[in-house]
Amino acid sequence: MKKYILRRVIQILFTLIIFQTLLFVILDAQPGDITNLYLTNPKVTPEIREQMRVILGLDKPPLIRYFQWLGNFVQGNLGLSFSNYPRPVMDIILERAPRTLFLFLTNQILSFILGYFLGKQMAWHRGTFFEYSLTIVGVILFTIFTPWFGLMMIYLFGIKLQLLPIGKFLDPSLWRNVEIPANTLFYYMILTAVIACFLIVVITLLTRKTSRTLREIIRFGGVLGVIGLVILIWSLTPYDYLALDILKHMILPVLVSTLVSFAGTMLLMRNTMLETLREDFIMAARAKGLSEHVVRDKHAARNAFLPVFTNLIIGIPFALSGGIITETIFSWPGMGLTLLQAVNLEDIPLAMGTLSFVGVLALTAHLIADVAYAFLDPRIRYQ
Amino acid sequence: MQTTTTQPIIIVPLWRVRLRLAWKSFKANWKLFVHNPIGVIGLVIILIFALMAISHPILMKYVWEPRVYDPVIGYDTEIFVHPSPPSARHLLGTDPLGRDILSQLLYGTRFSFILGISSALISVVIATTIGAVSAYYGGVVDMIFMRLADVITMLPFIAILVVLSALWEFTGFTLALVYGLLVGFGGQTIVIKSQALSIKVKPYIESARASGGGDWHIILTHMLPNLLPISFLFMMFTVTNAVFAEAALSFFGLLNIRMSWGIMINTAQAAGYLLAGSEYLYLLLPAGMAITLLCSAFYMVGRAMDEIVNPRLRER
Repeated sequence: MKKYILRRVIQILFTLIIFQTLLFVILDAQPGDITNLYLTNPKVTPEIREQMRVILGLDKPPLIRYFQWLGNFVQGNLGLSFSNYPRPVMDIILERAPRTLFLFLTNQILSFILGYFLGKQMAWHRGTFFEYSLTIVGVILFTIFTPWFGLMMIYLFGIKLQLLPIGKFLDPSLWRNVEIPANTLFYYMILTAVIACFLIVVITLLTRKTSRTLREIIRFGGVLGVIGLVILIWSLTPYDYLALDILKHMILPVLVSTLVSFAGTMLLMRNTMLETLREDFIMAARAKGLSEHVVRDKHAARNAFLPVFTNLIIGIPFALSGGIITETIFSWPGMGLTLLQAVNLEDIPLAMGTLSFVGVLALTAHLIADVAYAFLDPRIRYQ
Repeated sequence: MQTTTTQPIIIVPLWRVRLRLAWKSFKANWKLFVHNPIGVIGLVIILIFALMAISHPILMKYVWEPRVYDPVIGYDTEIFVHPSPPSARHLLGTDPLGRDILSQLLYGTRFSFILGISSALISVVIATTIGAVSAYYGGVVDMIFMRLADVITMLPFIAILVVLSALWEFTGFTLALVYGLLVGFGGQTIVIKSQALSIKVKPYIESARASGGGDWHIILTHMLPNLLPISFLFMMFTVTNAVFAEAALSFFGLLNIRMSWGIMINTAQAAGYLLAGSEYLYLLLPAGMAITLLCSAFYMVGRAMDEIVNPRLRER
C-alpha cells in the first residue's frame, strides 16, 4: 500500500513537471515578449526596452529561463500581476482558491451521491418509461450548454422569482460595518462543512452492521442532528446573517454545476450496473433467496461502484473546466473568473499562475482519488 | 462405386464478398440500433440539423436578400427598433444589431457541424493509429504514448484553451485542430489501445503472422478494421465535446470567427437583455437550444452505438 502511494506520488510529481514544461513552451513560443507591450509608448525607447529585457532576464537562453521558471514555481513565486500591480499572483490565488475549492467539492460530492442512487434505480427499472425519461433528461443535462443553462437559471430564480441573488460572492450592503473579513468567515464556513461531513461519514460507518430499519432511522436522525447542531452553533455567533448571505449566493452555482455533472455519473452507473447484473454472482445471490434490496444494494451496486469511481477520477478536470464556466456566469470570484478576466486584460502572469494552479488542483485531486481507490479496491493494493 | 461429385467452383471477386459481409453486419447492427428509441431520436435530430446547415447557402442565394439577411453584416432598415420580436419578415426576430436570428442560427449550424466533425476526424485518426501501434509493439513506444495520454487526461481542457486563445489568434480551424490533437493524444488513445490489446491476442492475428504477414500489414488490414466500431463510437462523443468547447469559447468572446451559436448568446447577454425580462427571451433561446440539442443528439447516437459495440449492455 505504501509502495503504491509512493509510486503514485512520484508519477504525479513527474506529470506536474511535464505540465509546467508545457506551460513554459506555450508562453515562450508566442511571438515577441513582454516588452512588446510598450512598443507604442514613445517614452519607452528601444534602449529602455533592451534594459527591461535584461532586468527581467529575457535575454538569457531558453533553457536557463526554463529552469528559473521551474525554480520560481517550486518556491511559490508566480510573478506580479499586471492588472493588479504590484500584487503578487500567489497572493491573488490564495485569496480566491478556497472559493473555487469549496464550490468544486460541494458539486462533486452532491453530484456523485445523486448520480449513484439514480443510476442504480435506472438499471433496476430497465426498459420502463421511468428509465427512458430519466435517460433523456440525463443526456440533455449532461450535454446542455452550461453558460446558457446558467443564464436561464439566473433568469428563473433571480429575475422572475426574485428568490436568489443573480451573482457575486456576497451582498456588499450587508457587509458595510462588519469588521471580520469575508474570507475569514468563509474559512470558518468551510471548516464547519468539513467537520459536519466527517461526522456524517462516522455515523454511516458506525451503523453499517445494524439491521436495516434501525440503520435508516439512526442515519436519518444523525444527519438531521448534525445539520441542527451546525445551525445552532452558527446562530449563537454574531455573524450568522453574513454566513447566510454567502450561502445564498452559493445556491445557484452549486445547483447548476451539480445538475450538469450528476448526469454523467448517473448514466455511467446505469451502464456498469447493467453489466454487473449479468454476472453469475447476482444469480447466485438470487438463488440463495436474498431479498431484492440486498441483491441490488449489496451485490450489484457495490460492484458497479468501482468503475463509476474511476470515472469520477477521470472527470475531475472536466468538473474544473465546468467550474470556470459556472464561475463566470455567476460572477463567483474564484479561479475560473480570475482566469478569464486575466485573459481578457492580457494579464499573462496571472493567467499562467491561475492555469498552473488549476493544473495542480487537478493533479492533487487525482492523487487523492487514486489513493482512495486503492482503499476501495483490494486488487489494486497488492499489485 | 464411389461417385465423386465435384463442387462447382464459383469465382466471386473478393471485394464483392467483403461488401456483402459488410452489408449483412450493417443490417444486423441497424436492427439493433433502431430497437433503441434514444439512438433514433438522436439520429433524427442530427439529420434535421444537417438539413438546416445545407439550407443556409441555398436560402441566401435564392430567397433572402444578403443586405438584410447576412448573419454578420446584415441590417434591416425597415424595422426601426432592434432587437425586434419574431415576425413574418424575421421568423425568429432580430438581434440587438439588427441581424436576422434565423440566418445566424443556420449559419452557426454549418460552422458547428464542420468544426465538430473535423476535430472528431482528427482525434479519431490519431487515437486509432497510436492505439493500434502501441498495442501491437508495446515496450517503449507504448510507454511514451500512454504516459503522454495520462498527462493530457489530467488537464482541464477549457482552461488551457482559454489561455491558448489569449496568446494566439484562434480561428475555427485552429480550434478544431488543437481540440482534435488534445483528445486524440489523450483519453481516447487509452480506451482504443485497451481494445486493440484484446484484438492482438486473437487467433487470426497469429495466423496472419504465421502466414508471413508483416507488422504494418497486420496493423492495417487486421487490427484497424476491428477497431473501427469503437473509434466511430468515440467520434460521436468528440463531436459533442468539440461543439460544446467551441460554443463556450466563443461565448467568452475568445475566438476569431465570424458567427457561431456561442457568439449569438454572447451578443444577447453582453447587451444586457437578460435582465430586461421575458419579452427578450427569443434572443437567448434559439442558440442555447440548438447547442444543447446538437450536443445531446450526437451523445444519444453514441450511447445507442455503445449498446451495439459493447454486447454486455444488450438486453438479450
